[in-house]
Amino acid sequence: MIETQDLTKEFDEFLAVDRVSIRVGAGEVLAVLGPNGAGKTTTVRMMTSILVPTRGTARIAGYDVVRDAAKVRASVGVLTEQHGLYERMKVLEYLDFFGEIYHLTKNVRQTRARELLERFGLAEAMNRRVGDYSKGMKQKLALVRALLHHPPVLLLDEPTSAMDPQSAKQVRDAIIDLQKEERTFLITTHNLTEAQALANKIAIIRHGRIIAQGSLAELGQQMGAQVRIELRVNGALNGVAKDIGDMVEICDTGDGWLQYSTPDASVTNPVLLRKLIGLGVEVVSLTPITSTLEDIYLKIMEEDEVVHPMQSL
Amino acid sequence: MTTTWNTKNSEAADEVVLPADDSHGFSETLRNALIITRREVRDSLRDWRIIVPIVMLTFFFPFLAQWVASGFSNFLSQYGAELVGERSIPFLLMIVGFFPISISLVIALETFVGEKERRSLEPLLSTPLTNTELYIGKTLAAMIPPLMASFGGMMVYLLSLLSGQLAWRPQAMLVIQIFMLTIVQALVMVTGAVVVSSQATSTRAANLLASFIIIPMTLLINAESIMMFLAPDAISPYGIGSLWAVLVGMCVVVVLFLRIGNTIFNREELLGRNLDSMNISGTIRKIGRYIRAVDDAGTPARNLLEWYTKAIPYSLRKQKRAVLVTLGVSLVAFVGGFAVGLVPEWRIVLPQGTLSPRTVAIINDILTPTVQREALTFIVGNNVRVLLAATILAFFSFGVMALVMTPTVYVVLGYIFSQLVLSGSDLTVYFAALIPHGMIELPTVLLGTAVAFRLGAVVTRPPRGETVGHAVVVAFGDTIKLGLGVILPCLIVAALIEVYITFQVVQLVVR
Repeated sequence: MIETQDLTKEFDEFLAVDRVSIRVGAGEVLAVLGPNGAGKTTTVRMMTSILVPTRGTARIAGYDVVRDAAKVRASVGVLTEQHGLYERMKVLEYLDFFGEIYHLTKNVRQTRARELLERFGLAEAMNRRVGDYSKGMKQKLALVRALLHHPPVLLLDEPTSAMDPQSAKQVRDAIIDLQKEERTFLITTHNLTEAQALANKIAIIRHGRIIAQGSLAELGQQMGAQVRIELRVNGALNGVAKDIGDMVEICDTGDGWLQYSTPDASVTNPVLLRKLIGLGVEVVSLTPITSTLEDIYLKIMEEDEVVHPMQSL
Repeated sequence: MTTTWNTKNSEAADEVVLPADDSHGFSETLRNALIITRREVRDSLRDWRIIVPIVMLTFFFPFLAQWVASGFSNFLSQYGAELVGERSIPFLLMIVGFFPISISLVIALETFVGEKERRSLEPLLSTPLTNTELYIGKTLAAMIPPLMASFGGMMVYLLSLLSGQLAWRPQAMLVIQIFMLTIVQALVMVTGAVVVSSQATSTRAANLLASFIIIPMTLLINAESIMMFLAPDAISPYGIGSLWAVLVGMCVVVVLFLRIGNTIFNREELLGRNLDSMNISGTIRKIGRYIRAVDDAGTPARNLLEWYTKAIPYSLRKQKRAVLVTLGVSLVAFVGGFAVGLVPEWRIVLPQGTLSPRTVAIINDILTPTVQREALTFIVGNNVRVLLAATILAFFSFGVMALVMTPTVYVVLGYIFSQLVLSGSDLTVYFAALIPHGMIELPTVLLGTAVAFRLGAVVTRPPRGETVGHAVVVAFGDTIKLGLGVILPCLIVAALIEVYITFQVVQLVVR
C-alpha cells in the first residue's frame, strides 16, 4: 500500500530526504523513528503529494504521488505534526466540512463522525467549539478527521502526543483494530515504547537516509545485539558474578540476581549452568531479556554517527 | 469514474470516493470551491473584527456620507458653486461602496498565509481539492462579505438621498457604472491580495506587500473621481464615458491576476517557504550559475566556446514564443504607424530635394572621424538605454512595458514609410538608409524586447514544475547572458555599420 523507491527531496542545495525506499503492505504498521530534522515530515509530505519528489518514486494505495496526486490524497488520512484545527468551528461542523471535501454523503459523514467521536471518548463534547477542547482532545479530533473518510492508508505524525495514558491507549487500540481491517499505517514517533508495541516494521531515519529498516528482531540481529540473560539464585549472589565473569559479560547485578550478555546463549548457558551447579549455586531461573527498541535505536544511531558524523550547523 | 472500497465494522456505508483524475470539469470545480467558500464566509461572519466594520460601513457610514453631501451642497450653493456640490454626490456614492471592499483586502491577504501561520493549512492541502478549487474557493470567500456590505451601503446611501432634502437624482447609467466599478475594484484587490497571500511567508509580510495593491487602487479612485467631476454624462469621452475604459482595463487586470494566482499557486511553496529574509548572495550566485548554464539543470559552460555554442543557443530557444509575440506586436505597430500616416490631418509634406546629391555631400562633410565616434557612442548608448529601460519596466509590468516601449520605433518607421510612399519619393534611398545596419539592429532590438518581455511575463506563467522564484532567477540569467553575449555585441556591430557603412551606401544610391 505504501511503496517508495529511492525517494529523494532537495530544497535548493539542501538534501532533506536521500533515497528512501520502504514498502508497507496492507495491514502493516511501519514506525519511522529519527531525531528532529531527520526528514520524517518531508517524507510524509511527499507521500501526501504536497511536496514533489526531486527524484525517485512513491506509490500510495497503488497511485503515483506525482501523476495521481488527487487520488493519493483521497486515499490517505493524515494526522499532521500540528493538529491544524479551525478553532471557531463547532466539532460536528468541522468534521462535516472535511467529510464534504471527501465527497461523503451527509448521512455517511454525520454517522461516521458520531461513531468516531464516540470511539475516542469525545461524544459528550461534540457540540462544543473546537477552541474549547484541551490539547489532548484536539489531537484526538485531528485523528478523527484523518479517519473520517475511511482511508486505506494512514499517515500519522506523533498520534499520541499530548494525550493522557487513557487516551493514548484508546488511540493504540484503534490502530490495532484498524490494522485488522487491513489498513496500512505509517507512524512517525519519538515514543519508542509505543512504536515497539504497535509496529510490525521499524525504519530509522537520520539526515534524510534510512539507516536501518526491518522488524524489531531483524534490527536486533542486524546490530549483532548480544543476548541478555537474567540469572536468579536462591539467596545472595556470594561471588557468583566473579565466578562466571570470565565466561560472560556481566551487565547488571542485584539482590539474588544478575544480568549478563553473551553472543550465543545456546553455547554459553549449558556450560555456565554446569559450572554454577558444580559450585553449589542454587539456580532459580535463567530468563532471556529481549533487547528493547530503545537499545537498538541508540546503538544504531551511535554506529551511524561514527560512520557519518553530523556536520556542525 | 470513481472507485470505492468497502470496509467492515461500520453501519455507515464505508466508501472512499476517488476523483476520476486531477483536473475537474467546471461545475465540479465550482462545487468543490464553494465548500471552501461556505466555510470561510461563515468563519468570517463569526469574527467580530470583521462584522463590526462591515455593519458600521453598511449602516452608519452611508448616512454620514449623505449628511456630508447635503452639508457640502448647501455650503457651495451660497457661493454659486452648485455644480461642484452636485458632482460630489455620485463621488460619495463611489466612496461609500469602496470602503467596505477595502476590508476584502484584509480577509484576502490572510487567506493563505494566515492559515499557514495557524498551522491549519496542511490538513487542507492534504485533501483531494485541486489547487484551482482552493484558490477559487478562498477568492470568493474574501469577496462575498465585503461586496454584500458595499452594495448594502450604496443602497442605504441612495435611499437616504432619495428621501432626503437634496434634489439630485442619480443617472441610471452612472449608478450602474459605479456598481460595476465597485465589483471590479473588489475583484482586483482580492485577486491581487490572494496572489500576495499565497506567496508571502507571514501575515506581516503580506500586509506590507498590500501597499502595492492599495496605493494604486486609491490613485485609481482619485482618477475616477476626477472623471466624475469633469463630465456630467455617461457617454462623454473625457469624463465619465471613459469610466467604461477604466472598467475594461480593470477586467483585464483581474483576468491577469486570476491567471497568475492560479498558475503560481503551489502547495509546495505554500508550506515550504518559512523565512522572510532575503538571501541576496545566494540569489546572485544562482543567477551567475544560470548565466553560464547550458541546460535546465544549470550545468555551467566550461569555456567561452561552449558558452557560445551551447549556453547561448539554449537560452535563445527559450525565447521563441516571446520573439513571436514581439514580432507580432512590432508588425502591428509598423502597420499602425503606416495607417496613421495615411490620415490627411497627420500627413507631412516632405520638402523637395531632401535627399539630393548636394544634401548628401553636405552630410558627408559633417561626418568627420570625431563626429562619427560620437555618433557611434550615441547610437549604442541610446539603444542600450532603451532596452535597459524596457527590461526594468517590463519586470514590474508583467512584460507589458517592453511591448509598449520598443515597438514605438516601428510606429515611427511605419509612419515615415507612409510619408515617403505618399510623396512618391525614391524608396531605394529609404531602404539604403535602413538595411545595412537595420538587418542587424532590428532583429537585435526585437530579441532584446522579447527577452525583456519574457523576464516580466515569466511570473505570470512559470515553466511547468518550476517555482516562481526559480523561474525569475533563470530568466534573469538568460537576460544577462543574451544581453552580454548577443544583444550588446550585435548593437555595437550595427552601430559601426550605421556610422561607417550605411551613409556610404546611401551616397552610392543617391548618385
